[in-house]
Amino acid sequence: MHASRVRHERLNMFQLHEVTKVYRRREQEVVAFKACSLAITQGEYVAVVGPSGSGKTTLLSILGGMLSPDCGQVLFDGESLYDLPIAERTKRRRERIGFVFQTFNLVPYLTALENVQVPLFLNDVANAEQEERAMALLGQVGLGNRLDHKPSELSTGQQQRVALARTLANNPSVILADEPTGNLDPDSREAVLAMFDQFVREGRTIVMVTHDPAAALRATRRLTLRDGEVQEAMIRHAA
Amino acid sequence: MNLKTLVWREIWERPSAMLTSTLAILLGVTALVAIRHVTVFSEREVGQQLQSLGANVLVLPKNSTLQDYYSADLTEQTLPESHVASILLANLPGVERLSPKLCVSTKVGDRDVTLTGILPQTEFQAKAVWQTVTLFSNKHEGCKKAACGPKTYDAAPETLASQRTIDQLKGNEAVIGADVADFSGLKPGKSLTLLGEKLQVLAVLPRTGTIDDSRVFAHLHTVQRLTNSGEVVNAIEVMGCCEDAAGKLVPSLAELLPDAKVVTISQVVSTQVGINRLMSQMSLLVLGILVVVGGASVASTISSNVRERRREVGTLMALGATPSLVARMFLLKAWLLGIVGAVSGCVLGLIVAKVLGSQWAGVSVKPLPGLMGIAIVAALAVTTLAALWPARSAAKLDPCSCFQEV
Repeated sequence: MHASRVRHERLNMFQLHEVTKVYRRREQEVVAFKACSLAITQGEYVAVVGPSGSGKTTLLSILGGMLSPDCGQVLFDGESLYDLPIAERTKRRRERIGFVFQTFNLVPYLTALENVQVPLFLNDVANAEQEERAMALLGQVGLGNRLDHKPSELSTGQQQRVALARTLANNPSVILADEPTGNLDPDSREAVLAMFDQFVREGRTIVMVTHDPAAALRATRRLTLRDGEVQEAMIRHAA
Repeated sequence: MNLKTLVWREIWERPSAMLTSTLAILLGVTALVAIRHVTVFSEREVGQQLQSLGANVLVLPKNSTLQDYYSADLTEQTLPESHVASILLANLPGVERLSPKLCVSTKVGDRDVTLTGILPQTEFQAKAVWQTVTLFSNKHEGCKKAACGPKTYDAAPETLASQRTIDQLKGNEAVIGADVADFSGLKPGKSLTLLGEKLQVLAVLPRTGTIDDSRVFAHLHTVQRLTNSGEVVNAIEVMGCCEDAAGKLVPSLAELLPDAKVVTISQVVSTQVGINRLMSQMSLLVLGILVVVGGASVASTISSNVRERRREVGTLMALGATPSLVARMFLLKAWLLGIVGAVSGCVLGLIVAKVLGSQWAGVSVKPLPGLMGIAIVAALAVTTLAALWPARSAAKLDPCSCFQEV
């Protein structure tokens, strides 16, 4: 019985039970997200789709340990994420979760190399190792010759690749992506999606919010959100 | 990559944004350091003057000014030498010694010097008329000095610099100040010619940092003879046994010598003491301004910086930055602004103090490391306190702001 529960929790990277997030504005309550039961298993490639304001980003924030739900429980790898102290929650995020943003969110005054070093510095990695690992990651995304370029000196596709290298810096098991292809040209979009495919093959879990139907089709599972509620969960097998 | 690099890179990205608050701190520290330096050295100068002149009372010609006395420019106004006898005969309590002076400008080589005629203490004993009084033994009531009355003074002529009187000085002898010795190369035993008279150098005075360094002291009667001025003096220094005596002597001397001006040293330096007190208060005011203006400027700059970087802070938090690290990031930035402003302010303040100190207050200013350390610590304390609230608000930022559009 116990062994079975442990195995089950290992398979489920995220488990949401009766989770509700409500925003209150001018004495009005808006249900931003509601899920009676939702599980995301290890290695899944989940596309979250839905109209604007349907709660996609709220879901991503809750999964990232950055937005406490009003009620319900969020389990991350078997641990109740929001029962952990903030410092512990931050540690889980730093060590195990990587973020990809629509507008890349690179620190504008740092070089590509330094941007990739940021999560490593936050994880107390020694300086020499930071540089070594950041250079290797930038080489991996094809930017080994752009180490000292600032974001403003890079194309949007290159910036997103720097952001992806930064995401991988601490070797996360989960990647939470917010419209990762929204600002990219077709070639760059394809390159990013190919990298996501690669991440999944490496065993990482990806939850990707997207408006791009083609990008959503690359996922192994699609969640559709409408008015904060998960209305549809379509599962397909990975290619 | 570390916190310092992160903060430093951000500052260098937009240094102009930090200029206002750095300038506010710099100006505050500059004013504080400059005023305090001038005040401290001015106070020391007053202290030295008091120490060198002791518990003196000055008897000056009615129309002369204290500035005339300090610049040794008393050649126009004189008092009859008989006033010295009048003071002695009055047998006023608390009088310890007298030093009449007659000053005249002359040259040693091609350099201007002040030839000052003085009366050695042995002359007082020699004068028949003065032998009738109990000279310098009249203790005043409640004298703070352990033993008033006749003293045994060091007979060395060099003591003229500190005791204001000399025991013995012959008519053909001179005592020269340190500056005069420097530029003329004169030494004890050598001779110099002044107003056509050959005088032998008896001693060279130690350097005092006062007008005495450029004086040549000779016997009063020799100077009177050489200048054909008759039996007159420019000033009579009356050494009281203690400061209380000096204060009590003023009304007695004023009554005794109605044609003279009688002032105490405390009156002489009272203006400077008042200015020093004003400058001390000014430095407190400047400290207040530094706290208010510098603090408000730093608080405003850091607050605006936090607002502008909300998404960046959110991103850092999403990547794993703790709230305390975010707070430290903004505090470190404020400290850097404080250090740059304070150190530059110290350097600038010292330069201002050196220039204005010599020009306005006539004092030579040297760096006071302790004071500058306090100024830097004060500036850092102000910037820290000012940045505390914005840094705390940055630490409380919603990490979800990383998802917001630019």
